[in-house]
Amino acid sequence: MATTERQWIGKDIPRLEDPKLLAGRATYTDDVKLPGMLHAAVLRSPHPHARIKRIDTSQARALPGVFAVVTGEDAKELTNPLPAFCAEPVVQYALAVDKVRFVGEAVAAVAAVDRYTAEDAAALIEVEYEPLPVLTDPFEAMKPEAPKLHDPLPSNLAFEKTLSFGDVAGDFATADHVIRRKLRWHRASAQPLETAGALCRFDPLSQKMDVWSNTNMINFVGWLIAGTLKVPASKLNLYPMYVGGSFGSKHVLGKVIGIAAMLAKRSGRPVKFMEDRVDNLLASENLACDRYYDAELAVTKDGIFKSIRVRVVDDYGAYFQFGHGTHGNALAQVTGPYGMGSFEYTVQCVLTNKCQQGVFRGAGSDAANFCLERLVDAAAQTLGIDPIEIRRRNFIRPDRFPFKTPCGNIYDSGNYPAVLDKALDMAGYAELRRMQAEARRQGRYVGIGLATAQQRSVYGPTEFWFWYDAPGLTSVPESVGLSLGPTGEFIVTMFSPFWGNSPETVVAQTVAEEFGINPSQVTVTYEDSQHGLPGAGPGGSRMTVMLTGAVVGASRKLKDKLARIAAHQFEAAPEDITFADGRATVRGVPDKSLSYGDLGLKAYWFKLDLPQGMESGLEARHTYDHPYLTKPSADRKDLGAFYPMMGHGAHIPVVEVEPATGQVRFLRYIAVHDVGTIVNPKSLRGQITGGITQGVGMALYEQSAYDAQGQPLTGSFMDYLLPTALEVPAFEVGHVETPSPFTEYGVKGGGEGGRMIAPAAIASAVEDALAPLGIRVDEVPLTPERIVSLVEAARAS
Amino acid sequence: MPRTVTIGLNVNGIRHELNVEPRWLLVDVIREVLGLTGTHIGCEHGVCGTCTVLLNGETARSCLTLAVSVDGAEIFTVEGLNRGGELHPLQEAFREAQGLQCGFCTPGMLMLAHELLRENPKPSEQEIRESIAANLCRCTGYQGIVEAVSLAAERAATATTGTRS
Repeated sequence: MATTERQWIGKDIPRLEDPKLLAGRATYTDDVKLPGMLHAAVLRSPHPHARIKRIDTSQARALPGVFAVVTGEDAKELTNPLPAFCAEPVVQYALAVDKVRFVGEAVAAVAAVDRYTAEDAAALIEVEYEPLPVLTDPFEAMKPEAPKLHDPLPSNLAFEKTLSFGDVAGDFATADHVIRRKLRWHRASAQPLETAGALCRFDPLSQKMDVWSNTNMINFVGWLIAGTLKVPASKLNLYPMYVGGSFGSKHVLGKVIGIAAMLAKRSGRPVKFMEDRVDNLLASENLACDRYYDAELAVTKDGIFKSIRVRVVDDYGAYFQFGHGTHGNALAQVTGPYGMGSFEYTVQCVLTNKCQQGVFRGAGSDAANFCLERLVDAAAQTLGIDPIEIRRRNFIRPDRFPFKTPCGNIYDSGNYPAVLDKALDMAGYAELRRMQAEARRQGRYVGIGLATAQQRSVYGPTEFWFWYDAPGLTSVPESVGLSLGPTGEFIVTMFSPFWGNSPETVVAQTVAEEFGINPSQVTVTYEDSQHGLPGAGPGGSRMTVMLTGAVVGASRKLKDKLARIAAHQFEAAPEDITFADGRATVRGVPDKSLSYGDLGLKAYWFKLDLPQGMESGLEARHTYDHPYLTKPSADRKDLGAFYPMMGHGAHIPVVEVEPATGQVRFLRYIAVHDVGTIVNPKSLRGQITGGITQGVGMALYEQSAYDAQGQPLTGSFMDYLLPTALEVPAFEVGHVETPSPFTEYGVKGGGEGGRMIAPAAIASAVEDALAPLGIRVDEVPLTPERIVSLVEAARAS
Repeated sequence: MPRTVTIGLNVNGIRHELNVEPRWLLVDVIREVLGLTGTHIGCEHGVCGTCTVLLNGETARSCLTLAVSVDGAEIFTVEGLNRGGELHPLQEAFREAQGLQCGFCTPGMLMLAHELLRENPKPSEQEIRESIAANLCRCTGYQGIVEAVSLAAERAATATTGTRS
């Protein structure tokens, strides 16, 4: 599709963020130091489930250099439960109250002159536990007679619901084949290289609580955090920090903020708590979904998909922080890029003695893509149709957009055949298959995978509550301030922090596009929550869409004022003023033109040259709301549009599997994505290659594992394995651009697609490699042990 | 209170005499005592390499190094790379090839790359991957980093050829 000629949107400009990051001069949370600041350390539970009978902190308190020790009793007194995005009565405090429910749960915390002393003191705390029955298997845990983790709940089955759309029974009854697979998606962990942390300073006289933390939603849930910390919302100030990666894992961070805040209140000093890696691996908000799928695809003999029926049991761990939001997320694209007419989705959310789920890039849609694409490959095999051909037969045609899915979510635009064609073309697919045939003749196990899947972007908050009968929130805004100073220089203020993405570059490119200046002339800054405008922050692949929208809105307001000033000067009509090349010019009259510097000077210093009644200064603030969100119907037969900026990708990994060792090596990896209009190709490529690398981790290495007794097996980077530069290939990345009709410039979000699609594609490639052994891949990660056991089982049968 | 030991360190060309506890890690001395916060802490068990500095010219995990054990050493950190308003050519290459995203692993990666290019001015892609596999990056998928190191090597080679001709 042809795109409008643009000066800056779509250009590979160097990122504005980079110089300070490269020079080590960005201020991350752990870099902030205040006078009198203390350091915190946390004592964690060695038991997966136990009653806390007694805590003796006297020796810890007696250690020189220790200022405060807090336990669950202090948590009850100084804080309220942590914010939870669910209706069920699952209460969680920053420190365990009365009971511990997973290994690693924080039991006590110490503030001392330095971290060494704090760790020493934490080791001196004595805790007497009464061990309770441990539940690690969700199927055992959900039984009515199982011991309960949370007394107020009827059972450990915290939530259960079936949502059905269209004629599922009819579509299954009339199908020629029903493809059924039981699939397993283990829990992974986001593991940004910067752990979560917070520095809190409390003034007991004014009740003001200052918080420097790598949390995200400073202008969205700040008031909820104030509730947790028992301070008035107007007295809580959250400072935006540079964040060393999040990938969804730092949305709220109530635990670290709560611990630092309690210690600040008790000690009267500023207190910093930075998780160490063990804290982060065992007890943060890092963990992704942990699902058991029983899924069926109804298909005709010609390979046309009619319906999908998904039953999923999700092991949530000990708390229910984000509730079933990740299943709402999955519903946005549960039928994928395929035009089937109905689906049914049953979810059972089970609580067990493991650390709670948080959010990790993909947020449940990653697992849903894996489930659907496994069914599609199985259908192709069952029917003897080529996996490419079966997908083509089912793709929603490019002329059917905007497309309404069975549950009511809208896909804004797309061209799935074009994406697939480009991927096949880049791969040289026919030649690849010839290479594979040759390799097989040599006894090598080479596989070519394919996944064609959705990557939803720009979440609507209805996904958190449409499972319930009662309605919930509908706002997810993002704001910017835009000012033009007296010297003609632009400053953009953001109200959500840098989270390891490229927000400064995005806003600078947008201002440059709007005003015809160079992006390097734009200064970008961040504002704390006391001075903030509404902003939900990064998450759900929303920031590029939301920031371009907010900047365009602010630019319109600013241009309106500039046009009136220029029109007043030239006795022209404001609508005849154009903005380009750093100037405001009367259309068709090049000599009637003012530079932004001239206009800035007038606006700030020459009041009498302004139109009558106009205020001095040039500043516009704009809050951009979700560009396309509609309400779910009361009967929930239509969930409304909640994730409508729908990207798409096709991945073709080529792998070689060593059956004796279970090692998987990438020979090539082709990925083509369509995320609408591209703002910055290089930063998008980074999102894609980085996301695929996390997907490689999910597919082959990463699992937050527990043994049957509830003891974590992955408490260090020696056990929780992140891919290094040697586990991933040079990715071949391509783009198709199908603009969104709903957003400024047609942008869609591209932050999660790599991780959302790669596990499905790699599973397909490994299955293809092992096809001569008749092996089916139903489980990720495909660790060497799993592959070897699949091979051994296949050879034994 | 624990006794302290006096050690000397030359950090980015500046000499320091410091009283440190025997158990203090080099990374804590760099960050907390000297205030050089460009060196980051990622795992504190020597896997991620985020804390990598040059110790007497060789890359070292500053989170696994006791400060007292390196009395008299020369330490080089990311703050030593650029002077004033100019980025070092290696930093420029990282910027151009987008060898970073969140920036947290970047100082350690720059140290690795600095050492690699000194030892092997024309590394192959595989050699670059083997070198940077010492450290973890969770954002980039390493591709931009590999390209950045390659670009820096090419430019250095061109610059050298230029001077000779």
